Amino acid sequence: MSDPNAPLYRDTSLILSASGVTKSFDGFKAIDDLNFYLEEGELRTVIGPNGAGKSTFMDILTGRTRPDKGTVVLHEKDGHDRDLTKLREFEINRLGLGRKFQTPSIYKSHTVYDNLVLSLDHPRGILAALCYRESPADRDRIMGVLQTIRLQDRLQALAGSLSHGQKQWLEIGMLLVQNPRILLIDEPAAGMSDEETERTGELLLSLEKKHSLIVIEHDMEFIRQIARKVTVLHQGHVLKDGSFEHVKNDPRVIEVYLGRQGKQNTTNPLSEK
Amino acid sequence: MLKRDNHTEFLILAVVTSLLMLVPLLNAIGPAEGFLSVSAFQVSLYGKYLTYAVLAMSLNLLWGYTGLLCLCQSLFFALGAYMMGMYLMLMIGERGAYQSVLPDFMVFLGYQELPLHWKPFYSFWFAAGAVLWVPGLLALIFGFLAFRSRIKGVYFSILTQALTYAACLMFFRNDFTFGGNNGFTDFKDILGCDLNADATNRGLFTATVTLLVLTYLSTTFLLKSKFGKIQQAIRDSENRVRFSGYSTTSYKLAIFVFSAMLAGAAGALYVPQVGGVNPSAMEAAKSLEVVVWVAVGGRGTKWGPIIGAVLVNFLKSFTTQAFPDYWLIIMGGLFVVVVLFFPDGVTGLYRDAKAALNKRRAAASPESA
Repeated sequence: MSDPNAPLYRDTSLILSASGVTKSFDGFKAIDDLNFYLEEGELRTVIGPNGAGKSTFMDILTGRTRPDKGTVVLHEKDGHDRDLTKLREFEINRLGLGRKFQTPSIYKSHTVYDNLVLSLDHPRGILAALCYRESPADRDRIMGVLQTIRLQDRLQALAGSLSHGQKQWLEIGMLLVQNPRILLIDEPAAGMSDEETERTGELLLSLEKKHSLIVIEHDMEFIRQIARKVTVLHQGHVLKDGSFEHVKNDPRVIEVYLGRQGKQNTTNPLSEK
Repeated sequence: MLKRDNHTEFLILAVVTSLLMLVPLLNAIGPAEGFLSVSAFQVSLYGKYLTYAVLAMSLNLLWGYTGLLCLCQSLFFALGAYMMGMYLMLMIGERGAYQSVLPDFMVFLGYQELPLHWKPFYSFWFAAGAVLWVPGLLALIFGFLAFRSRIKGVYFSILTQALTYAACLMFFRNDFTFGGNNGFTDFKDILGCDLNADATNRGLFTATVTLLVLTYLSTTFLLKSKFGKIQQAIRDSENRVRFSGYSTTSYKLAIFVFSAMLAGAAGALYVPQVGGVNPSAMEAAKSLEVVVWVAVGGRGTKWGPIIGAVLVNFLKSFTTQAFPDYWLIIMGGLFVVVVLFFPDGVTGLYRDAKAALNKRRAAASPESA
């Protein structure tokens, strides 16, 4: 019955496989033979010291940077595989990869509501944009997302007037109305207050199972809150995979995080404050 | 609330259009002297200002709403002017200084017959089409190369300026078949109407008002549509737009081509009203002037470029007569002052004044109640 040419992962629950990915900038290997597999509906946290290649890896997944070697494959629901290294950013996005940037990137001179309208996963062509009329279904969807990101009272406010934390949520909301299969979220808690950070954690946890998520983060408190499976990157490749407890007690991971000065330091930098 | 805003907006547009139409009306039936008299010279002069207003609106679409500071708007304008100029040159016929069917400058340069690419321009409608598609095509090719390579910000401005400069040098050459540094002049008639007749001037003025209104309406339509919102989103955060599944290259290209065509149409109406065009129309400084108009009026507003273009050009007409040597210094000073103190231009001043008045009224009302 089984098709011999069918890809190996057809019957697995994988949604994204990156294998043997290498990328160097002027001789410096930012990503070095990286292998990364993500399951459908999984929430994965990616950590690593500065320069570990986290952002470059995101850039490769979203088509902003082309790898020198290796493949990044998205496994579509109908069994097709798409090689993301050959597509442009907007094409990858249309396949269902949403990306949140480290600094909130929103449309500051549009209202919160319009920010979300522009992010809907409707046809993105020029003619479609000229003829677009908002439907009640669109409105419902946007109102639903506004509720999720707790901005339902600010829908007519200019996005530029929101607080930093609200901007971060708005950007997450802009990803959610796209209804993406995978969300790539780069340091969502950066610059947030403790309360906002906790709410953001709750928000991300509520998205698990409905979407697959890759979260890059530095804040250990926050990671402890959301961590399921953690991937530690170091010098462009995966140093360690596993549960947060498992990873944070790994001597190599501690070594990488502590660096040279840390050797005199007895506290584990990966444990919470 | 939105509906009422719409009504007010169209009311203002209707009032402005009627006021503008008073110019040809007074020229036709008004008194010959006094405050209400409008001379033929004034009709052409104001007509020229309005073509500048359309040019400023075309730049505003790029700079104000898409964040692309384009310095080749004067090139598109001049191309439109040249395309219409070719038709007007051919309409001179044998009434030129050399009494030849060829335009004077060709006789002077020893041409025996009309170059092939001039021949279709005997047709007004071909010329009218070329006014749009020639600048449009140039914008399409140049824009495609620039946007695909992700050239933006100041690099885009520099490249567009270089393009304008290159074109300007080309048009200065005699063997480029566009009249060298003298360009085109001495037009006689358009569509069989004498260009020196008052009625023709009024017709051209009316056509310019029509173009202005159409440009305004299409800008309004664009800004309301999702397309216009994406345009502004590109200005605010192009990466976000790209990562929301839009090909920003095609959006920028579309608006660039549209804006080039608008500038071309404005140029086509400029040439018969001014009576000539030469390569100085596409000098780099001309594009910078357009930037000043938009900045003075208020970039990213619908009325700003119109107000700015008319205001600065009135000032220019006055200054070049009163203090001919100081115009460039005054314009530069104006630009600096606007950028430093009134970043939103005249329309921004009006908006701030209105807001301050409302505030005072709000503060006063509890006492009066």
